[in-house]
Amino acid sequence: MTRNVRVQYFGILREQRGCGEESRETGAASPLDLYRELAGEHGFSLDPENLRVAVNDEFRDWDSILAEGDKVVFIPPVAGG
Amino acid sequence: MELSREQIERYSRHLILPEIAVEGQKRLLSSRVLLIGTGGLGSPLALYLGAAGVGKLGLVDFDVVDRSNLQRQVIHGLSWLGKPKVESAKARIADLNPDVQVEVHREAITSKNALEILREYDVVIDGTDNFPTRYLTNDACALLKKPNIYGSIFRFDGQATVFDTARGGPCYRCLYPEPPPPGMVPSCAEGGVLGILPGIIGLIQATECIKILLGIGSSLVGRLIQYDSLAMKFRELKLRRDPNCPLCGDNPTIHELIDYEQFCGIPKPDEKKEEQQTMIPQITAPELKAKLDAKEDFLLLDVREQHEYDIARIPGATLLPLSVIQQRVGELEDHKGREIVIHCKMGGRSMQACQFLQSQGFSKVVNVAGGITAWSDQVDPSVAKY
Ligand SMILES: [Zn+2]
Repeated sequence: MTRNVRVQYFGILREQRGCGEESRETGAASPLDLYRELAGEHGFSLDPENLRVAVNDEFRDWDSILAEGDKVVFIPPVAGG
Repeated sequence: MELSREQIERYSRHLILPEIAVEGQKRLLSSRVLLIGTGGLGSPLALYLGAAGVGKLGLVDFDVVDRSNLQRQVIHGLSWLGKPKVESAKARIADLNPDVQVEVHREAITSKNALEILREYDVVIDGTDNFPTRYLTNDACALLKKPNIYGSIFRFDGQATVFDTARGGPCYRCLYPEPPPPGMVPSCAEGGVLGILPGIIGLIQATECIKILLGIGSSLVGRLIQYDSLAMKFRELKLRRDPNCPLCGDNPTIHELIDYEQFCGIPKPDEKKEEQQTMIPQITAPELKAKLDAKEDFLLLDVREQHEYDIARIPGATLLPLSVIQQRVGELEDHKGREIVIHCKMGGRSMQACQFLQSQGFSKVVNVAGGITAWSDQVDPSVAKY
């Protein structure tokens, strides 16, 4: 079963993905599966434990369940000042 | 203390706001705020908090003003190049508002001095540029029960929130329990930053600071603002205290400051030297020049990005950005037995490239310490520094 989700990237992930936002049809059941899928395609350098994921403007656990139409945001740490 | 005639004129736009009025302005004048960093975020913070009449501003920064700072660090000017940032900021604030007493700490904040420095202030604002100092500031604020107004920036993105564990809010460790591996998240010096961005994020921090001091409005405690300047969108994310947080959780295990360089995986200077000597050989920029002049047989590899290569380059270098080196390593197959000398902007990315190529069986890799920046400084000043 696949679902359509809206994915947003911040910081270093935006550069590594080459865009800030995209729609995606995915078979991933959780944010973790989705991140692994994307990391495999785009060579993301950060492991999931180094960033946070938010779904529909709430931070979520990596193994929570994704639903049709979810807005998923990957937020790596930034230190610049 | 009564406001003087001059002060009534100076702060009149505050005084006619019922939410501030004379009482609030007096409160600001007796407040003490510490700014960690007098750079991109610290510049607008110091200017606006100084103008607002925050009575005591502490500035912590060990750095000096560099020309590359002026694109965003708006408190500093050309006449201060090479001089301490804290002194530059102090002079500017003295000109702006004599009501503000500026206390300068021209040193790095460390586990040894942090508690002593922070103790003197009501609110701490984190405008630093590195992970060890962010974790240090977070822990010190939680231990002293002081609000920590957090902001950080990278390229076109910014984050801001308020960590206030004394009021039951989360801390930085609740957001990011572990720092990223060293070198995985580039700094603004390596990755670049839109010059305007720290103005926006710094002034969100300044706004939160004034609100906390006055006790007005609803603060950013428990809310992370994630700002995207390209899309011009502010996203607000609910941030909760993590019951398992080692600092502010239900069973905390951190009761004192730790070694934050070690926590963030940054080797101590002497260890670093040893490790690099045994793992990856390094040469200086003048040594690279000598090898080139002697027409030695080696491949000079530049692992920066194309747009950096377009700004400045070392003659004879072949470009293969670190970001694509894994996909395109095949292009180096013909050079496998040859010496490969690798450089980037400052020596960090090239070290990662050396380690990667070594793991792929390239046995003769050499890192150029200090990268093209050292080349500009020590070999050829006509190569632009950026
Ligand atoms: Zn915490």
